[in-house]
Amino acid sequence: MTTTLPLSLSVPEPGCRPGDEPDFSDFVIPKAGEVERPPIDADPNDIRDMAFSIIRVLNAKGEAVGPWSGTLSSEELVVGLQHMMTLRIFDARMMNAQRQGKTSFYIQHLGEEAIACAFRKALRDDDMNFPTYRQAGLLIAGGYPLTEMMNQIYSNSQDPLHGRQLPIMYSSKEHGFFSISGNLGTQFMQAVGWAMASAISGDTRIAAGWIGDGSTAESDFHAALVFASTYKAPVALNIVNNQWAISTFQGIARGGVGTFAARGHGFGIPSVRVDGNDYLAVHAVAQWASERARAGLGPTLIEHVTYRAGGHSSSDDPSAYRAKEEGAAWPLGDPIDRLKKHLIAIGEWTEEKHTAAQEEITEAVITAQKEAESIGTLGAGKMPSPRDMFEGVYETMPPHLVRQRQEAGY
Amino acid sequence: MTQMTMIEAIRDAHDVAMGRDERVVVFGEDVGYFGGVFRCTAGLQTKYGKTRCFDTPISELGIVGAGVGMAAYGLHPVIEIQFADYVYPAIDQIASEAARLRYRSAGDFTCPLVIRMPTGGGIFGGQTHSQSPEAFFTHVAGLKTVMPSNPQDAKGLLLAAIEDPDPVIFLEPKRLYNGPFDGHHEKPIVPWKKHELGDVKDGYYSTELGKAAIRRAGDDVTILAYGTMVYVAEAAVEEAGVDAEIIDLRTLLPLDLDTIQESVKKTGRCLVLHEATKTSGFGAELMSQVQESCFYHLEAPIVRVTGWDTPYPHAQEWDYFPGPGRVLDALHQMMES
Repeated sequence: MTTTLPLSLSVPEPGCRPGDEPDFSDFVIPKAGEVERPPIDADPNDIRDMAFSIIRVLNAKGEAVGPWSGTLSSEELVVGLQHMMTLRIFDARMMNAQRQGKTSFYIQHLGEEAIACAFRKALRDDDMNFPTYRQAGLLIAGGYPLTEMMNQIYSNSQDPLHGRQLPIMYSSKEHGFFSISGNLGTQFMQAVGWAMASAISGDTRIAAGWIGDGSTAESDFHAALVFASTYKAPVALNIVNNQWAISTFQGIARGGVGTFAARGHGFGIPSVRVDGNDYLAVHAVAQWASERARAGLGPTLIEHVTYRAGGHSSSDDPSAYRAKEEGAAWPLGDPIDRLKKHLIAIGEWTEEKHTAAQEEITEAVITAQKEAESIGTLGAGKMPSPRDMFEGVYETMPPHLVRQRQEAGY
Repeated sequence: MTQMTMIEAIRDAHDVAMGRDERVVVFGEDVGYFGGVFRCTAGLQTKYGKTRCFDTPISELGIVGAGVGMAAYGLHPVIEIQFADYVYPAIDQIASEAARLRYRSAGDFTCPLVIRMPTGGGIFGGQTHSQSPEAFFTHVAGLKTVMPSNPQDAKGLLLAAIEDPDPVIFLEPKRLYNGPFDGHHEKPIVPWKKHELGDVKDGYYSTELGKAAIRRAGDDVTILAYGTMVYVAEAAVEEAGVDAEIIDLRTLLPLDLDTIQESVKKTGRCLVLHEATKTSGFGAELMSQVQESCFYHLEAPIVRVTGWDTPYPHAQEWDYFPGPGRVLDALHQMMES
C-alpha cells in the first residue's frame, strides 16, 4: 500500500552553534603515514578509498612518516615555514589596515596558510593557477613582491590593476596567478579550458583550479569535472574544504553523505583527500597530481581538509553563527605550529630562530607597507586617475566610450 | 568569387581563419564530426584534426568557460552555442568573465573569443529556438555584438571577429542561412545562389566591426535594422513607395552612430525595426541615441516596430514576427505626421 504520510524537508545543521561545546568526535582522522601512495598511473577504480581517507605526513610528535613524506628538503621546509609566517603576518597587518580605513575590504587565510604555500612549490613557474580569493599563498610562495600586493589592496596609483578590482583580487600572469573574479566557481572551468589549450598546443605546462567547499555546488564545478574527465585535461582540481562558506557549514553544499572528493568518482577522476594543515602532505599530493597531469594522465581532484580559523572576510563576524571555541578545537591543528614542531624535531629549527624569523618577517612586511602607504591608500595619497576608468574595456576605445570620457570631463 | 549561402560563407570564414592561424580552435555541441546542426562547421574536423575542431558536452557554461581559459592561454577559440536560446546558463562566464577579463586584470589577461549563435525566428522553432537576445549582450561593457544579414558580410565580419582582441558575440539570423527572407512566409524565398550578396570573395578578407552598411539610399525616412529585418524593411519600402534609406547596422556594439546621424539628419524621420521584444530591446537604445543626437532634425516621432512583449509563440509565429505589413503601416503613419 502506498504511504500517505505528510512529507518533511531535511535541512542539515552543523554539530555546533554559538554556545555549544565544539565536538569533532565524528570526524575520522587517519593516522599520519597510514594512506598508501599509489603510482601516478593507478586505475582510479583501485584508489576510490582515498576519497574517504586523509593523506597525512606529520604525526602528533612532529615526525614526518609514511609513503608521502620526503618530497622536500629541510631547507625547502624552512622556506615553506617562512612563507606561511609571511602570509599570516601580512594578513594581520592588512586586516588592521582595513580596520583603519586604509582599504575597503580584506580576506585573510588564518589556519589555511599551508595549502597554497605548499602547492605552489610543487608547480613550475610557468604553470597557471586559477585561484579563489583565499590563495594569496600562491603569490607569496611564488615570490610576488609584497608591496605590489599592498598597492593592489590600497588601490593606489601603483596598483597593478589600476584601482579597478576589489582589494585582494590580484592578477599576475608572470607569477602563474590568473585574475581573481570574485564570482564564485567560474575559475574552476576556466582552469580546465587553459589546461585543454596547453594540451592542444603541445605545451608542457599544466593548470591548477581552486574552489571552496561551498562553491562546489555551483554548476561550474560539475562542468569542470565533465570537461576535465572527457578531454583528460592536464589540471589539478583543488577543493579547499575549510568547513564554512560564510555562515553556511559545509554540509549544506555536500549533503549528508560522502565527501567532496568522492564527487570525482562519477567522472572517473582520481580523487584524494589531504590534511590541509600539513605542509608536507599538501606538497606531496600536489606533486603527485602535477606529475599525473604532466605525464598526460589527466586531472586529479584534491580535497584539502582544513578550517577557516578567521571570519570569511573583513565584513564578517563568525561569532554570530559558530562557537568561538571551534577553531581551537579543530583536530588538525595549526599549519605553522605543526611545521615548526617538525623542523625543531629534526634539529633544523629552534624557538630562538623562530622568534628571530618572526621579527625579521614582521620588519619586511612593515617596510613593504610603509612603501605602499607612502604612495597612497584608498582615497588618500596618489590614486589611479578617473580618466583611466575608461581605458582597457576594449583594446581600442570605441567611440561611445570616447564620448563618455569627454562627458565625464577627462 | 563563389556563390555561397550564409552557412557556406560562415564555414568558409572558419576554414580561412583556421588555415591562417593555428591558434584558432572551434568547438561546441555537435560541431566536430557532424559539423553542427546547421552545418556551419562541416568538414573542419576532417581538415584540421580533432584537437582543433571538436564536440563538447552539452554545457553552455562549460563551453564558454573553456573558451575563456583557452583565450587566456593565448588561443583564439571560436565557439558555437547551438541556439542563442541556450546561452543563458553561460551568461556568468560571458558577462562577468569574458567581458571583464581585460579590464579587471589591466590587460594582464585578455579574452579573444568569438561566441557564435544561430538567432531569431521564422523557422517554427517555438520559444527555445527563436529568440533574439542581442540586448542582453549590448548591455555588457566589454563585449562587441555583431549580426550579419548576408553571406558577404557574414564571412568578412566573422573573420574580423576572430581577429579581434576582445570577445565578440556573433549572432547569425538562422532565417537567412539559406536565402534572404522578406517576411512573406507564404512566398518562396530567393536562394543566396541568385542574390548579389551571395557572391562571396574567395580567400581572406575582413569587414570592419562597428561599421553599418546602407542597403538602400533614400531621402524621406531612415530605417535602422539588422539581420532578417533588413529584408523585411526592403519589402515594405518597395510596397510603400517611400524613398527610405535602409541602414543595416551589422555591428550593434560598437554602434556606427556617424552613419545613423548622417542619415537621420538628412531624412528627418527614423523607424527602428527589430525582431526582439520591444521593452528594453536594442531599439530603445537606438531611439535614445537618435533622440540625443538628432532631435532638432526630426520631423516626426521616432517609431519602433518590434516583436511583441510575449514569449516567442509557436503557432502564432507570423503574428509575432514583424512583417512588411506592420512596417508598411508604420511608414505611412510617419509620412503623414
